[in-house]
Amino acid sequence: MSAIMSGSATIEMIPHAHKDHQGARIGMWLFLFTEVLLFGGLFLLYAVYRNNFPEDFHFSAAHLDTFLGGLNTVILLTSSLTMVLAVAHLERNNRKYASIFLSVTMLFGVVFLINKYFEWSAKIHHGLYPNSEILQSHTPGENVFYSLYYLMTGLHGLHIIGGLILLGILLWRIARKPRRKLRVSGFSSPDLELKAENGDTLWSHGDKEAVNQVEMTLIYDHNEDVVDRHSIKLENAGLYWHLVDVVWIFLFPLFYLIT
Amino acid sequence: MTETIQENYLTTRGRYKGLLGWILSTDHKRIGILYLISIMSFFAVGVAIGVLMRLEMISPGPTIMNPDTYNSFFTLHGVIMIFLFIIPGIQATLGNFFLPIQIGAEDVAFPRLNLLSWWVYIAGAIVALLSLFTGGGTPDTGWTFYAPYSLRSGTNVTMAVFGAFILGFSSILTGLNFIVTIHRMRAKGMTWFRMPLFAWSSYATSWIQVLATPILSVTLLLVIAERMLNLGLFDPAKGGDPLLYQHLFWIYSHPAVYIMILPAMGVVSEIIPTFSRQKIYGYKAIAFSSLAIAFVGYLVWGHHMYTSGMSDTARWIFSLLTFLVAIPSGVKVFNWIATLYKGSIRMEPPMFFTFSFIFLFAIGGLTGLVNGALATDVHIHDTYFVVGHFHYVMFGGTGFAFFAALLYWLPKMTGRMYNKKAIFRSWFFLFIGFNMLYMTMMILGWKGMPRRYYDYVPRFETLHVIATVGSWILVTGLIYFFLTLIKSVKKGEPIGPNPWGGTTLEWKTPSPPPLLNFVQLPEVNAGPYDREPVEATASAEGGKES
Repeated sequence: MSAIMSGSATIEMIPHAHKDHQGARIGMWLFLFTEVLLFGGLFLLYAVYRNNFPEDFHFSAAHLDTFLGGLNTVILLTSSLTMVLAVAHLERNNRKYASIFLSVTMLFGVVFLINKYFEWSAKIHHGLYPNSEILQSHTPGENVFYSLYYLMTGLHGLHIIGGLILLGILLWRIARKPRRKLRVSGFSSPDLELKAENGDTLWSHGDKEAVNQVEMTLIYDHNEDVVDRHSIKLENAGLYWHLVDVVWIFLFPLFYLIT
Repeated sequence: MTETIQENYLTTRGRYKGLLGWILSTDHKRIGILYLISIMSFFAVGVAIGVLMRLEMISPGPTIMNPDTYNSFFTLHGVIMIFLFIIPGIQATLGNFFLPIQIGAEDVAFPRLNLLSWWVYIAGAIVALLSLFTGGGTPDTGWTFYAPYSLRSGTNVTMAVFGAFILGFSSILTGLNFIVTIHRMRAKGMTWFRMPLFAWSSYATSWIQVLATPILSVTLLLVIAERMLNLGLFDPAKGGDPLLYQHLFWIYSHPAVYIMILPAMGVVSEIIPTFSRQKIYGYKAIAFSSLAIAFVGYLVWGHHMYTSGMSDTARWIFSLLTFLVAIPSGVKVFNWIATLYKGSIRMEPPMFFTFSFIFLFAIGGLTGLVNGALATDVHIHDTYFVVGHFHYVMFGGTGFAFFAALLYWLPKMTGRMYNKKAIFRSWFFLFIGFNMLYMTMMILGWKGMPRRYYDYVPRFETLHVIATVGSWILVTGLIYFFLTLIKSVKKGEPIGPNPWGGTTLEWKTPSPPPLLNFVQLPEVNAGPYDREPVEATASAEGGKES
């Protein structure tokens, strides 16, 4: 920080850009709970219908491409590894490697979606989608299976897309030249001043009489601030990415491996 | 007293001026007021629709609207009152304003997320309201959007459901924010058991918001998916089961009832010690009963579905669990009453409304047991009895507690006192009108009047007339009440920091509070309701002034 604050002891510096990493982590975990419950509703439907139509579920699952599903599982698991590496590198103040691993993670996410696209189009091409003529001539259990299949993998795919957008924003912020805006606010006292390191007065209380609260914005460049500001964000984004991964770990056996 | 109003959060200029200074403010106090204004506007719309419905029911056959309009009206009344008014309710308005102050924080943990949740709320409200004028017109499914009708109705259900989906996000964000705030932002010395009980109930509410709302989100997504893609997950012809919709819906919507009532109970736990000049009786019991309600309330959704064809085992288990929720609710009521014992009770307006709350909530709660018992529920299921019961709990309970909370805290928010005599007069209309309307509804239901019916047999007419007249008296009271409060915002008598002699932190900062809530960050070294004998005398004089 290239400026220092001087003033009486009553001044309290409360940076609005919050620094409570533990709080941010708790917030993220709470958000992940909501995600688990969101998918939980669908898993509940799956459990009920699997109980109602065990044979149809077995039969339909045999038609899913276990190889593509397995490949996607490997891809997502590896992307979780690169995600962790990105977080670890940023915490060690290495923006370059953090950016590289973040890009690799995103690449895996994109490849996952491409595989999914081919998988879905093959299914749709064969007429295996809810309400298709083929499925209407089969048992209702198969229709339910494919409804759930498209719904759950579709919602999961949307989460991958959301994650890619999130990681993209973070990548852009971490990779670009750092610039920091700090908003400070606090209680003022008559002799409050803001000075640069060379002794120039940047701001002083002056003769404004009734100021009892101050809010100011400092803009300055600092490399390590990027780490300071973004490590928790990247860590939280990583948590989200792992959650999406974990959801897939449940979807894969339930849809592909139960034959 | 000749107090003048100091520089405060209303006068301190932020980054933007005027309207932008409000709708882009991350100050939790301003966001609380944004919520208050928006929620109250929707409440007014909901009341207006309710009054029109009552007017329609004043005589059998068509009176002022056709049956389709009536179907849209009861759907709208429900959607507006539930999703736009009472779920955000006390939590997002007064909770936003007072939770950080009560725990000695300068703001919530994520101020920008807090502002976002208001914007999301407004976006959801706009989408929900757009559904009235677009597509096939106003939804006519009832606020519960039950499958299979919600999947087949030609009206614009998709958009209304999407609006409710967005509103769910707003609720989740608020809950998440408050949990982190309570965990991380408490002032020095503010231990868990020194937190005011309103903060405790807010904490329990937040957990329900976070853990129940996603189930509603996914259920509503399913309705949208079914309507757009026709998957058949709730359609027996395609292997689906419509009953699963009801399960998913009530897994959220029953806990949502506790999202609505818990903050109200928190408010009552604040007002009673203040106006009886007593330490609250059974602090920990009240705090933990909030958590118990939150937990058990999660497991009772099946009592909405006794007549839907569930198995007998499921029905009696849900009935048993339902009776269990009555225990923590009872714990609270008995503790409130015990706090009054040997207290120096002051019948100020907030206390008056709090007593009305206890009376009306007791009726609502006891009739809830009638609903919760299997045998009686079969008789009264889907009748006006349920409607009456629900309004006793939600309006008589949460509504009256909301009014009490406004009376208690509005002077703190504006720095000005309202006309207390006018409030007492409006109470008279509110209380008489309320009981005339909803007590009559319960009698109607007991006699067999089904809910949501447009027409009825002539023998119900007298009771319907009484209920409709009751609705007019009630609305008179509402208008009088709110006009009095609105008038006080500009023209009320300025007050000091502690007009009621309260002991929690919000009474230790000026009225209205400064931008960052406290002139000096507080340090807490006593329980929330501990009071010094001297302080009690001083504030007693303050209480006498009007």
